[in-house]
Amino acid sequence: MGYSKDQLLARLKELQIEFSQYEHPVVLTVEAQAKYVGNTGGFLSKNLFLKDKKHRYYVVSALVDTKVDLKVLSQRLGLGKGGLRMAPEEALGEILQVPLGCVTPFAVVNESARHVSLLLDQGFKSQDCCIFHPLSNDMSISLNSQGLDKFLKSIGRNPSYIDLEANPPVGKDQPPDLATFVPSDSPVLSDLPEKTPSSQDSTGKSVGAATNSAAVTAKAVKPSGNAQIVKEKPVDSVRPSIPAADAGKFVEELLDRASALLLSEISEDSIKQHGVQLGEVANNIKKCIGEDLKNLATIFKNTAYTEGFHAGTRYQPKRL
Amino acid sequence: MEKIEDKNRQQEEEQVVNPWEVSAKEGGKIDYDKLIDKFGCQRLDQSFVDRVQRLTCRPPHVFLRRGIFFAHRDFNDILDAYERGEKFYLYTGRGPSSEALHLGHLIPFMFTKYLQDAFKVPLVIQLTDDEKCMWKNLSVEESQRLARENAKDIIACGFDISKTFIFSDFDYVGGAFYKNMVKVAKCVTYNKVVGIFGFTGEDHIGKVSFPPVQAVPSFPSSFPHLFSGKDNLRCLIPCAIDQDPYFRMTRDVAPRIGYHKPALIESLFFPALQGETGKMSASDPNSAIYVTDSAKDIKHKVNKHAFTGGQESIEKHRQYGANLEVDIPIKYLNFFLEDDAELEHIKKEYGAGRMLTGEVKKRLTEVLTELVERHRRARAAVTDEMVDAFMAVRPLPNMFD
Repeated sequence: MGYSKDQLLARLKELQIEFSQYEHPVVLTVEAQAKYVGNTGGFLSKNLFLKDKKHRYYVVSALVDTKVDLKVLSQRLGLGKGGLRMAPEEALGEILQVPLGCVTPFAVVNESARHVSLLLDQGFKSQDCCIFHPLSNDMSISLNSQGLDKFLKSIGRNPSYIDLEANPPVGKDQPPDLATFVPSDSPVLSDLPEKTPSSQDSTGKSVGAATNSAAVTAKAVKPSGNAQIVKEKPVDSVRPSIPAADAGKFVEELLDRASALLLSEISEDSIKQHGVQLGEVANNIKKCIGEDLKNLATIFKNTAYTEGFHAGTRYQPKRL
Repeated sequence: MEKIEDKNRQQEEEQVVNPWEVSAKEGGKIDYDKLIDKFGCQRLDQSFVDRVQRLTCRPPHVFLRRGIFFAHRDFNDILDAYERGEKFYLYTGRGPSSEALHLGHLIPFMFTKYLQDAFKVPLVIQLTDDEKCMWKNLSVEESQRLARENAKDIIACGFDISKTFIFSDFDYVGGAFYKNMVKVAKCVTYNKVVGIFGFTGEDHIGKVSFPPVQAVPSFPSSFPHLFSGKDNLRCLIPCAIDQDPYFRMTRDVAPRIGYHKPALIESLFFPALQGETGKMSASDPNSAIYVTDSAKDIKHKVNKHAFTGGQESIEKHRQYGANLEVDIPIKYLNFFLEDDAELEHIKKEYGAGRMLTGEVKKRLTEVLTELVERHRRARAAVTDEMVDAFMAVRPLPNMFD
């Protein structure tokens, strides 16, 4: 599912970024890599995949000779003295989607690495040939920092280079100078399908709860119809056979579920109370809010159609 | 629109029903039997209601069950064709003379929405902004603006955008539509149109040449972007019975130019709050319930201005019961209370004097408030973009689904 080496190489070519590629057996360390590409005239990089206590991730990419002190870096990021650790192996596969020994700045092309912060050694800027793994350990590519910048910009990243060896004091009057590199969003790891059952339940519940629910659900309908769309989605992903355009059928489905839910929720006490009339209760609810829900659904449909129509005809000249 | 002096004298004794004036005989109420006789349309009896229920597999609309839509022309032909698998399309409209719509205005639209859903057929809605510009002496811009505002309330009645085309005359007249207008105009002499609509030598020529505009939406070839190749498609027109003259003229002309006659299904008039003899007038806000009224307004109007058939005192009321013939709350409930059993119960108890006017008014206030609330919510969801989409000249590929 992650970006592949070939996809990356194709992309670099597309962007007309100059690079050289070297194939070699799989290497897991810089030393091993140096054996094969050490005398190409390029400068090897060392790449660290780090994690802080709040589960935020960082890729630090530097020339092999640059000294990188994790304690200093941690302070400069505002994470305190021991805030940075090496990230666990699983995170490598999950977030960067590269194998062991293959950390590389190119890994941030993956959607899963959206929130990973990238720290680049300013030393790269003065070298014409910097060597990185192109998402795979069996190859190294060499390019200059402008090429790397071009690629990063093309995926929406703003490349910034820092003096990784600097050790500025961090204290009350000197805020951590790399604080901006700390990711603001927490990484999104949960999958949508897992969320579906709970939101589906809430949809069903809000429909079946009371006749007043029609008023409540109606209030959520705004001109852009976004609130409705959020509610509708989970239902669709569970039962894709619901015809989206037919408001009547859509409502029948909702009502069937609502009454099923309602009936299943009715406890022994209410059975004693109402006895055989439980079926009546469901039918009455259907009758009461059926029309209301159909109208809501029609509003939804009309809104969706309007949005599509508006988008499709934006450039049509108006008749005078 | 003014009527001819001599015509007035002649019709002094009779009720007047035409697109621009509706009034009963002095101090009485509209005699619908006479109207059906005079116009030459048919009564819609229970057998029709049952047949509609059978064909559409759903309970018939409250307006059918209560005889609100009570007259028709060729509705049986529509149903026969439908049974054979031949579809039809609906045509209704509004003259956008004012921004505020009252419940009476909504009635044909509520019924048309039901017809669209039940029979699964497309609908064209005509906004006669040109007519109002001419008759009410509005500016072109103002009548166009009102047309768009009214379109929002119409859309709020719940029409399906994938099966509905709304158009304003100022925007749409031209092309195939205009060709049909000329075809119709050639078949109606000046004398005929004077006879039907009562035009005089003082009326401007805009008025005289307007009737074809309202006639031609009955012909599918007027909408080539919708019904191209379907020249045989029938048309059903739900409207209030005062529009009958337009379509009498249309039905007369249709076979002469090779088209099907449009079928009609016609409704009673919605009574003013002050009673059958009163007139609903835009200048008197207390004569009707508007879709913009708040719950408080509705309560006030029903309590203070609704004409009731209750007796003068509670004792008399308990003794004689209410006069259901003139009682406005009962009439309004007849239109808007869905539950047949509950309505019967109220009529019985109120007629016998066991239920008081106050109770009936309270129930009516509830029903009307719910209706207006639902409409307002739907109206709030209608954007200008939605109006543009409904009014765009576009194909409707799923209009029979």
